[in-house]
Amino acid sequence: MTALTEIGEHPETQPSGAAVSIVAATKVFGHGPGAVVALDRVSLDVAPGEFVCLLGASGCGKSTLLNLVAGLDRPTAGSVSVRARRTGLMFQEAALFPWLTVRGNVELALKLAGAGRDERRRRTDALLAMVHLTDFAKKRPHELSGGMRQRVALARALAQDAEVLLMDEPFGALDAMTRDRLHDELETLWRDTHKTVIFVTHNVREAVRLGDRVVLLASRPGRVAEIFPVSIPRPRRIDSAEVATLAATITDRLRAEVPSGR
Amino acid sequence: MAVDVVTLDALAPARAATRPSFGTRLWGAAWPKLLAVAIFIGVWQLVVWSGWKSQAVIPSPFTVLDDMVHNIGALWGDAIVTLRRALIGFAVSIVVGGIIGIAVARVRVLRLAIGSMITGLQTMPSVAWYPLAIVLFQLTEGAILFVVVLGASPSIANGIIDGVDHVPPVLLRAGRVLGARGFASLRHIVIPAALPSVISGLKQGWAFAWRSLMAGELITLLPGHLGLGQALNQSSQLADYVGVYEAMIVIFIIGALVDAVFFGSVVRAVRKRYGLIDAAAT
Repeated sequence: MTALTEIGEHPETQPSGAAVSIVAATKVFGHGPGAVVALDRVSLDVAPGEFVCLLGASGCGKSTLLNLVAGLDRPTAGSVSVRARRTGLMFQEAALFPWLTVRGNVELALKLAGAGRDERRRRTDALLAMVHLTDFAKKRPHELSGGMRQRVALARALAQDAEVLLMDEPFGALDAMTRDRLHDELETLWRDTHKTVIFVTHNVREAVRLGDRVVLLASRPGRVAEIFPVSIPRPRRIDSAEVATLAATITDRLRAEVPSGR
Repeated sequence: MAVDVVTLDALAPARAATRPSFGTRLWGAAWPKLLAVAIFIGVWQLVVWSGWKSQAVIPSPFTVLDDMVHNIGALWGDAIVTLRRALIGFAVSIVVGGIIGIAVARVRVLRLAIGSMITGLQTMPSVAWYPLAIVLFQLTEGAILFVVVLGASPSIANGIIDGVDHVPPVLLRAGRVLGARGFASLRHIVIPAALPSVISGLKQGWAFAWRSLMAGELITLLPGHLGLGQALNQSSQLADYVGVYEAMIVIFIIGALVDAVFFGSVVRAVRKRYGLIDAAAT
């Protein structure tokens, strides 16, 4: 694979150093009068090793933007360039393969990435240890709790050894306690592996808890409303006063963007 | 008092309690069935006692069972002939249904052309094929095979088509993200995801094969090769009503055994593995 993947019709010059560079990306679904503009000239640079949270109400095109970065879709106009061999993607549903065990799910990711048998075994052990699921390696997905399934999905996404990890509301369906714990684990993993993370959420506190920057997206059409740098020292706590204060500021801005009744 | 330390993992499903012994489980599964058989025999005997029909037409169940024990060798021979035909027919159906199913599932034009016809074929009573089969193959094993394959392969093909159509899109997407494209996607995602549906198709295919075979054996009397259906027909013609009941009982037992015991356990094992049924409930 090339070091630089160019997607889109008008690739702009890549700003030196950015891991992900989105330049005036526009995405239109459909044609004619029924066409829906999902993204309207969205521009964003993400530095290597940065943790960026995309925040917005439903309909702001968060998932569309993530699909563009993942290479699952192409922008109608503008460009999306990713300086990475691969991107890993995690969804709201764990989307584990039910016929495989926990270990099998992680190993399949390694197999599809071309790893040999010994390497698969060794790296699966390491990844399962990393997400604290060593004892559950032989279980099947339906035997796990929601939080454990997402940890398997995280291990599977990490197995791709992607420099850029894209997360589409991965903890959205979990209870607050489990989510809180996974925030800690994700922060530790991110710190240890130096990955670039783009994390989509509609939870303001979660965005402030995790992100180096919070990118607020406006809805219909999706566009960047404002970018908030988060300077609160890590490790953070979701219930700390600093997180709450910044979250309140962002929520006010979000309310201004999303008129009531929507 | 000891205080349990509750961690988040305690929210995970509890481990299954220790399984009861094999004997206990077997008895638990068997006694309702045995009771049902006992009630059936009881009702049958009551009908005989009521004198509704002469005992020549509806003999006592004990007369039939007693005669069956003496006749077991002949019945066994008939059953072997029939089972051989069923297995050959089913094997050919798997090949034919498998090829058609995979082709229709993968090729859009084929699906538009014959996709709905396959379901239509399934509704065709197999007996209706026999006149044509006899014209084409005369009174040979070929005629029976022809109808068995026509009866069973649409179900098998449909199972494959349904399975491939209903692979959850999120799994396809997850596979694509992990780099599974083309053949790798087929091998690692589509085929395993379609498996439960394919097995249901096979189960249904077997039921159709067995029915078609019985219809075929009743109609085509092949000299020298007596199957259960032919034995049934012959007993009826010779007014050997005890023989009629015996053949019917054997036909039922074989059909039920294969369907419930073999396919039932395979379907259950797969569904359990895939988390489609609650493991604790079985």
